[in-house]
Amino acid sequence: MAASVTGSPALSGAQRKLGDRLGDPILRGLTTLASIVGVVVLGMLVYKVFELADESFSRFGLSFVTSSEWNPVHNQFGAADFLFGTAVTSFGALLVAGPISVAIAIFLTELAPLRARRPVATLVELLAAIPSVVLGFWGIIVLAPVISETIEPALNSVLGWIPLFSGTPSGFGLLPAIVILTIMTVPIVSAVTRDVFETVPTELKEGALALGATRWEMVRMVILPYARSGMVGALILGLGRALGEAIAVTMVIGHTPQITASLFGTGDTLASRIASEYQGATTSLQISSLAYLAAILLVLALIANAIARLIVSRTSLRVPAAPAGAPHPAGAPQ
Amino acid sequence: MSAPATTPDSPLLRTDARLRRRRAINRGMEALATLAALVAVAVLGIVVVSVLREGISAINLDFFIHSEVPFGQKGGGIANAIVGTAILVGLASAMAVPIGILIGIHSAEFAGPRTASAVRFALDILNGVPTVVTGIFVFGLLVIGHEQSGWAGAIALAIIMLPIVARASHEVLVLVPGTLKEGGLALGATRWRTVLRIVLPTAAGGMTTGALLAVARVAGETAPLLFTSAIVGPGVLTNPSQALASIPVRIFELSESSSKEQHAEAWAAALLLIVFVLLLNVFARALFGRSSRRIGSTR
Repeated sequence: MAASVTGSPALSGAQRKLGDRLGDPILRGLTTLASIVGVVVLGMLVYKVFELADESFSRFGLSFVTSSEWNPVHNQFGAADFLFGTAVTSFGALLVAGPISVAIAIFLTELAPLRARRPVATLVELLAAIPSVVLGFWGIIVLAPVISETIEPALNSVLGWIPLFSGTPSGFGLLPAIVILTIMTVPIVSAVTRDVFETVPTELKEGALALGATRWEMVRMVILPYARSGMVGALILGLGRALGEAIAVTMVIGHTPQITASLFGTGDTLASRIASEYQGATTSLQISSLAYLAAILLVLALIANAIARLIVSRTSLRVPAAPAGAPHPAGAPQ
Repeated sequence: MSAPATTPDSPLLRTDARLRRRRAINRGMEALATLAALVAVAVLGIVVVSVLREGISAINLDFFIHSEVPFGQKGGGIANAIVGTAILVGLASAMAVPIGILIGIHSAEFAGPRTASAVRFALDILNGVPTVVTGIFVFGLLVIGHEQSGWAGAIALAIIMLPIVARASHEVLVLVPGTLKEGGLALGATRWRTVLRIVLPTAAGGMTTGALLAVARVAGETAPLLFTSAIVGPGVLTNPSQALASIPVRIFELSESSSKEQHAEAWAAALLLIVFVLLLNVFARALFGRSSRRIGSTR
């Protein structure tokens, strides 16, 4: 490393002075410009999506959000059904992915043999690397028959008295979308949760074990309370991911915008509707209405991500000062 | 676990009903946590095996060297989609990787802590923008009033890559030991020479990892291309001022068909895509492991 510096001794005379004096401001200027580009792209993105949505917004106003009619022929557009679909599939996926992710994080930080931790963590993260279009296609061909022939009939026969699990089993609809979104959110939620778990001070964990707690009791009484806010951050990050997934959901959700009590029913989400109309949008009002959907989606995703990032970064900031700021009475000994 | 039998007198190890219950709960919870990890790994395995099994039987040489054929004909391939994806991802990388690395250098070396964290926050937010919304943005910016084009698609992909590359660069750059930089500065090197000749070479491995992961990510992206580069002409197109085909969009189109041949073609394309993406991921991670050990050893 040092050898590369010897070519630029401080005393080599006037001819390198100009280059060296200019070098600093140039590099500083270039890098600053790049940062500005990054921030400006975000600003332009938000501005442009809202601008594109303006025609639809001035036509329908906020009633767009409550109207469930999406009828390009009659120039009537509303987002209520898509909001419903987005809410059901995202929260449904989180409801399943949350506990699984926490369990995986516990396995990776507390249970797995040291040598197995990295490989297993990598495999779980690779799940997130599967392109969503591949996962969606797998959902159509492999998952849909399993869901319509096995999972939904089973749920229906046991829990059919709950409206959630009533109706005719079908391979396409809200339930398959939830399953696909679960697969897509588990890697990110479990990775962030694992990072948060790793910030729990060893003294606290050992303290609990020394007091005779079993491993699960230590997890329940030390790790989970300590990591609570971080886990919330991880979940919201997963929510942001689930809200915005377009392709895989579009492929399995069945595209019938409706509000239904049954998970077996078909639906549509904000993102899946936008994706499915990529060839069909012709009038400027329809395009603007799609942009309106995108704007709603953007706001939801921005809020979710901002909150999640703030929570997670605050959690990781807490690490150096852990014992003082630890949110539990047993946290005194260091 | 079997200790109590040998020292029954020790109060610490006495097994009463309550302790047995606590241990049973503990074992149950440990089993559940292990099961959860197994399920996640199994799902990865099931998806990959399905794609391998269905894809291998559909893949052949024609598939790589022919373009798509009109519906109903046999012998179609995805040559145009392979070429299109290569161009789109190549152009996107050419835009996003240099800018991303510069952003990383800025927030790690030049910016004050407040500016740096503000920029990183903005990029994290950009990273959280749903990719279909990025597609709508570029559609509104470049496609409305014009035509779909490879450039529009590449810019959409570049916007998705940018925060990934920038964040990865920043994270590796701050790992470079301060002593190394101070050594350079103490020898009389200016700041920019220190950055270019000491800091960047040390961090190069990690930054390459970030760039490769970003490439792997956007190579499989469909949503940002739907509104920017999806309605394509026939044959192998290479001019980015026209809309270019891509593997993910092709899979998406094929999946909407109900014909067996089209599905077989989709499986083959999925196989190609998933092998590329997973290999790139594994390679990038291995590279990172090696280069972070190197950074560690210079400490």
